[in-house]
Amino acid sequence: MLKSVFEGNVNYLQVLDENGEVDVTLFPSDLKDEQVVEMYRQMCFARAMDAKVLSLQRQGRAVTYAPLIGEEATQVGSALAMRDGDYFVPNFRQHAVFAARGMPLDLILIYWRGYEEGLAIPESVKALPYIVPVASQLPHAAGIAFSQRYNKTDNATITYVGDGGTSQGDFYETLNFAGVFKLPLVTIIENNQWAISVPRSRQSAAQTLAQKGFAAGMDVVQVDGNDVIAVYKAVKDALEISKEAPTLIECVTYRMGMHTTADDPTKYRSEDEVAEWRMKDPISRLKKYLVKKALWNDGLEETMQEGQKKTIDAALEKAEAFKPDPKSIFEHVYSYMPDVLKEELDAAVESNFYEE
Amino acid sequence: MLTNMVGALNNALELILKENDKAVILGEDVGKDGGVFRVTDGLIDKFGSNRVIDTPLAESVIIGASIGMAINGMRPIAEIQFAGFMYCGFEQLINHAARYRSRTRSKCTVPMIVRTPVGGGVRTLEHHSDSPEAYYSHIGGLIVVEPSNPYDAKGLLIRAAHLDDPVVFLEPTKLYRLFKQEVPEESYEVPIGKASVVSEGDKLTIVTYGTMVPLVKDVVSSKKVSAEIIDLRTINPLDESTILESVKKTGRLVIVHEAELSFGVGAEVAARVAEKAIFELSAPIIRVGSHSFPYPFPGYENYYIPNAVKISKAIDKVLSV
Ligand SMILES: Cc1ncc(C[n+]2csc(CCOP(=O)(O)OP(=O)(O)O)c2C)c(N)n1
Ligand SMILES: [Mg+2]
Repeated sequence: MLKSVFEGNVNYLQVLDENGEVDVTLFPSDLKDEQVVEMYRQMCFARAMDAKVLSLQRQGRAVTYAPLIGEEATQVGSALAMRDGDYFVPNFRQHAVFAARGMPLDLILIYWRGYEEGLAIPESVKALPYIVPVASQLPHAAGIAFSQRYNKTDNATITYVGDGGTSQGDFYETLNFAGVFKLPLVTIIENNQWAISVPRSRQSAAQTLAQKGFAAGMDVVQVDGNDVIAVYKAVKDALEISKEAPTLIECVTYRMGMHTTADDPTKYRSEDEVAEWRMKDPISRLKKYLVKKALWNDGLEETMQEGQKKTIDAALEKAEAFKPDPKSIFEHVYSYMPDVLKEELDAAVESNFYEE
Repeated sequence: MLTNMVGALNNALELILKENDKAVILGEDVGKDGGVFRVTDGLIDKFGSNRVIDTPLAESVIIGASIGMAINGMRPIAEIQFAGFMYCGFEQLINHAARYRSRTRSKCTVPMIVRTPVGGGVRTLEHHSDSPEAYYSHIGGLIVVEPSNPYDAKGLLIRAAHLDDPVVFLEPTKLYRLFKQEVPEESYEVPIGKASVVSEGDKLTIVTYGTMVPLVKDVVSSKKVSAEIIDLRTINPLDESTILESVKKTGRLVIVHEAELSFGVGAEVAARVAEKAIFELSAPIIRVGSHSFPYPFPGYENYYIPNAVKISKAIDKVLSV
C-alpha cells in the first residue's frame, strides 16, 4: 500500500502591495484608520531611532549595533497586534517592537551604550531582554507560554527569530515542544534574507521557512513582511487561536542595512539586490496608501518628524546622563553576596577599581 | 613576512589546505566574507567553496559534523564565530570529541581543530568576550591551545593540523591586530604542550597566556623587576615541568589570566605548584584574573578584566613577603 498521509500547504499573505493598493477582501475588518496611521507613525519612529543609534555608534557613543532598517513592518505590525498582557521575547534586532510595547527609549539607548541597566525592563513592558546567542531565546519563549497556560491567563507569547536562527537546534526543539503542549506561542521568523553574509538559500533547502512548522504539527503562514497590515493580520489571527495552538509565521522582509555596524555588506551582496528591495520599502508603500485615503499629508509628516526628533533627543540626553557604578557588576550576580565575592568587591573598591 | 595574528593564521590555513587535500574549513561566514575577523579571507578564492564552506547557522552540527568528517579521514578546521557561541556545540566536544579515542581504544580518532576568538577588551557585545579555556581543559581529551603572538599562532595551528587529536584553538580577539611580527613564509611547527619562557628572571615567576602576555610584559618592563614570564601557549595538557623549574628558581609565583578567577587555569597551576614545590616557595601564590562572574557589558569591562595596575599590585604583594 502506498498512500499520502500528510499534505502541507503554505499560504502567502499580502494585503498592501508595493503601490499602496490594498486587497479589500483581506483587509482586517476591525482595523481602523487611526490604527493604520499609528502603524505609520511607529514605523517612521523606528526608522528615525535606528538612524540615530547608527550615527551614535559611528561617533563612538554606542557599541556595535544591529540596525533594523527595512524590517519596520514586520516589527511594528506584530507589536501592534499584541494584546495587553501578551509577552514578547526578542533576539537582538527588535528595537521597534520594544518601542511599540512601551519600553522607555532611554533604556534602549543605555543598552546600546553598553550597560546592563538598559535591560532593567519595566514590568509593564512584558518582555525579555535582548538576547544575542542566535535562537537561544526561543526555549525561554516556550517556557513563558507554558507558564501563561499554567497560570490560567488568556495571554500568549510572541517571539522572534531570524532566517539564520531557524537552522539552530533550539528552533526545532522549541517548535516541537510548543506543538506537543499546544502552547500559546506565536513564533515569528523575521526572514530578512541574510544571516550576516550567508544568504537564505544556505540556511535551508526548504522552499519556505514557514513549512518547518509542519513537522511540529503547527499552523503556519508566510507573510509579506514589508506589508504592515498583512503582518498585523497574521499575528492577530494567530493570537486569536493561541489558546488552542501555537503558530509559526514567516515574515519575508529584507535587511536594508549592514548586519551590524561591524559588518561590510558590499563584500558579499550586490547593490542591485538592495535596490530591488528598496522598491518594496514598507514605509513608503504605507504612506502611498494613507495619502490616497487622505489620511496623511506633508504637514502631518513635518509635525510628526519634529515630534519624534524631540522624543529621541530627550531620551538620548537622559541615556547619556546615566553614570555607571562599577559596584553594580558585583551586586547582581546572586540573590545574596557570598563572602568570596565580597572579598573581590572590597579589594576592587579599596583599589579604586584599579583605575590607571 | 611582517604580519599580525590574523595574517599569520590566514597564512597557516592556506599552507594546511595546500599540503593536505583532506583539510577543509567550515563555519559561519568563513567563505565570501572571509570570517568576521577576516582570518579566512581569500581562501575561498584559492580553494573553492568545496573546501571553504559556509555552513548554516548551527554550531552543534558544525562541530558534530567535523567529528564525523575527522573520523572518516578528513581534517576539518571548524571556525566558531565567537567563543560565546561555541557552547551550542559543547555537547559534541565534551561527549564526543573528547571521548571517541578512548572509548574505541584509539580505533576512532578525531583529528580536528575548532578555532574561535576569545577574550575581551575590545568593547564587543554580550557573549563576544568569553574566556572558556577552563571548560574545555577540565574534561581531558581535548587539547586546548591559546597563542599570544603571530609567530606562535601560525606554528601552533600547523602543529595542530598534524596532530591526531581534537584541538580547541583559542585566538585572543584583542591580539588579532594589536601588533605585527616577523613570521617565516614557509610551514613550521611550534610544539603543542610546551610553554615558552618569554623572559628570564630570578625574583618571581609569572605564568600567563593569551591577552595577558603583552600586558604582563609591559608591566614587568616598566617595573624593572627580574621576573620570569612563562606563556603557557598550550593550556591542556599543561607544561608542568617548565613552571616547576622556574618556580624552584624564583620561589615566588603570580598567575595572570583574563578568564574568571575562580575554578580556572590559575587554580590548576597553583595546585600543581603547591603539590610539588610548596617548600620552595617564599611567599603565597597569587592569582590575578577577571572577577568571578560572567563577562559584563562593554561599558563595564574595564572594571572587570585585569589591567596593569592590578597585575602590578600582585607583583608588589608577592615580592613584599
Ligand atoms: C549561536 C550564535 N552563533 C553565532 C552568532 C553570531 N551572529 C550574530 S547574528 C548572526 C546572524 C543571524 O542571522 P539571522 O538569524 O538571520 O538574524 P538577522 O541577524 O538577520 O536578524 C550571527 C551568525 C550568534 N549571535 N549566536
Ligand atoms: Mg536574517
